Amino acid sequence: MKKICSKIAKGVLLGSMALVICFPVYLLFIGSFTGTAELTENLMPVLAEVKGMAKFSLFPQYPTLRNYLELLFDRPDFYVVFFNSMKIVFLTLAGQFLAGVPAAWAFAGFRFPGKNLLFTLYIILMMLPFQVTMLSNYLVLNHMGLIDTSWSIILPGIFSTFPVFLIYRAFSGIPKGLLEAARIDGAGEWQLFIKIGLPLGSTGILSAFVLGFLEYFSLIEQPLAFLKDKSLWPLSLYLPEIGLADSGYAFAASVVALIPAIFVFLLGQDYLEKGIVASAMKE
Amino acid sequence: MKAYPKLSLKKKKKKEMMTAFLFLAPSLLGVSIFIMIPFLDVVRRSFLTAVTGKFTGVGNYKLIFHNQAFLLAAKNTFRFAAVCLPLLIVISLFIAVLLSRMKQVQLLKSAYLFPMAVPAATVVLIWKLLFHKQGLLNAFLERIFGNTIDFMGSNTAFWVLVISYIWKNLGYTVILWLAGILGISEAILEAARVDGASESVCFFRIILPNLKPTLYTITVLSFLNSFKVFREAYLVAGSYPHESMYLLQHLFNNWFLNLELDKMAAAAVLLAVVLTGFIFLLQFLWDDRGEDEKPEKRKKKEKEP
Repeated sequence: MKKICSKIAKGVLLGSMALVICFPVYLLFIGSFTGTAELTENLMPVLAEVKGMAKFSLFPQYPTLRNYLELLFDRPDFYVVFFNSMKIVFLTLAGQFLAGVPAAWAFAGFRFPGKNLLFTLYIILMMLPFQVTMLSNYLVLNHMGLIDTSWSIILPGIFSTFPVFLIYRAFSGIPKGLLEAARIDGAGEWQLFIKIGLPLGSTGILSAFVLGFLEYFSLIEQPLAFLKDKSLWPLSLYLPEIGLADSGYAFAASVVALIPAIFVFLLGQDYLEKGIVASAMKE
Repeated sequence: MKAYPKLSLKKKKKKEMMTAFLFLAPSLLGVSIFIMIPFLDVVRRSFLTAVTGKFTGVGNYKLIFHNQAFLLAAKNTFRFAAVCLPLLIVISLFIAVLLSRMKQVQLLKSAYLFPMAVPAATVVLIWKLLFHKQGLLNAFLERIFGNTIDFMGSNTAFWVLVISYIWKNLGYTVILWLAGILGISEAILEAARVDGASESVCFFRIILPNLKPTLYTITVLSFLNSFKVFREAYLVAGSYPHESMYLLQHLFNNWFLNLELDKMAAAAVLLAVVLTGFIFLLQFLWDDRGEDEKPEKRKKKEKEP
C-alpha cells in the first residue's frame, strides 16, 4: 500500500513538473487562436501601462483562425524571414555534411602525426562560446566582404567542430576488422567511407543534424552581430520585433516558427537523445 | 628481399597519412581560415592600441580590469554559473533518479526535453507577458499574496534568467544523468539489495559514486551552455538590462557595436584562456577517475555496432 502511494506521489510530482515546463508553449498556442481584440483587452496593462493586471484566458472566448490568415495573406515579410532561416539552417547542415563528416572519418579511422593535438584543439574550439570567436569571425568575414550577407552566418557554422566530434564518436564504433577485411578484398578508401562509414555511422550523423537544426534555427548572437540588413534576418531576430501591439500576429508567427522545430524534435527525438549522450562521452 | 616488407610498411604508412589528410583537408582549411588564424590575429591585436596600432604590452588587459562594466559583467557571469549549475545539477539528478525507477517514461522525457527544441525567439513573447510588472505572474501573485514583484526592474531579473536557463536545460541534463544511471550494472544493485541495503544506501554508496564521470561531463556542458542564456536575456531585456543580469555576453555585444575592438580582443583572449583552463582542469579530474568509467565504456562499445 505504502509502495503504491509513493509511486502515485512520484508520478504526480513528475507529471505536474512536466505540465509546468510545457505551459509556456501552451499559452503560445492559445494566444494564436485568440482574436487581437480579446488579446489587446486582456493584455492592456502590459501594452499601455494602464492600471490593473494582465489577464489571459486559458481558452479563448471566441476561437479564431484570423491570426493565421493574416500571417498567410497579409505578411509577405514573414515568408522572407522564414526562408532566410531555412536557408541558413540547410546550407549550414549541408556544408557540415561535406566538410565535417569526412573530417570525423579521418580522426576515427587513421593514424597521422599531430592527430591528438589537432583533435584536442577541435574539442576546445567546440566548447568555446561564440563571444570568444566573435571578433575573430568578424575580422575574417569583414576581410572577405561577407558581413551583411547570409554567408557570414553560414560559413562559420559549417566549420563548427561540434558535429565533427559527435560523428567521430559514431565512426569510432565501427569495428576495425570490418574495414581491414574490406581493404583486403580490394575496396578503395573512398569506397570504404561511402559504403561502410556512412551507413554504419548514420545514427551519429543524424544526431548531429538534429542538434544542429535546433541550434541554427534559433541563432541569435551571430545574426545580431553580423547582419544589419533586416531583409536578411532570420526568424529568431524578426519575431521579437513584432511586439505586443500586434499581439494576434505575434502569437501566430511564433507558433508557425515553432512548427519546424517541433517537427524535427518529434521525428528525431531518438537521435537527439543519442546525440546528447554521445556529446558527453569522454574522449 | 629483407628490405621489401619494411619499404611496403613505410609506403603503407605514407599512404594512410595522405588519405587521412585528404579526408581532413576541407574541414581543417575552413577551421583555420574562419577560427584559428583570425584568433591569432586577435591575440596580436590584444597587445596593440585600437587606433594607432602601437604595441602597448598588457595595456588593454589593464584597461579591462579597470573597466567597471567588465568587472560587473564578469561578476554576474560567474555568479550566474555558480548559482545555476548546482541548482540544475541537483534538480535534474533528482528527476533522473525518479525516472530511472519508472517503466513508462518516454512521454515525460519528451516533455522535459521539449524546451530544448523551442527557439528562444518564440517564447520570448510569453516570457515578456509572464514577467512584466503588470504581467500574468504578478496577476497571480497579487491574487494569492496581495503583493507583486517588479521582476525585470530589480534584482529578481537575475532569477528570471536562472529560471529560464533551468527551463531550457533541464531535459538535456536529465537525459545525461539517466544514461549514467542506466549504465550502472543492475547486478551490483541487486546484490546490494539482497544483502539488505536500503534504497538510500544503494543511492549514496553505489549510484552516486558511479556517477562521478557523468557529473564532470554535465558540469562542462552545462557551464558552456550557460553562455547561451544571453539569447533569452537579450530578447527580453535588450542590450542594457537590469544590472543584476548584465553578462559578459551583453558587454561583448555592446563593445562590438561600438567597435571597441582592443578591449574585445583582450577580453576574448582572457576568456579563451580561462575557459580552456577550466576544461583542462575538469579533464584532469576526469582522468583521475578513468577506472570508474571503463566498464561503462566497454558496454557502450558492445552495444554500438
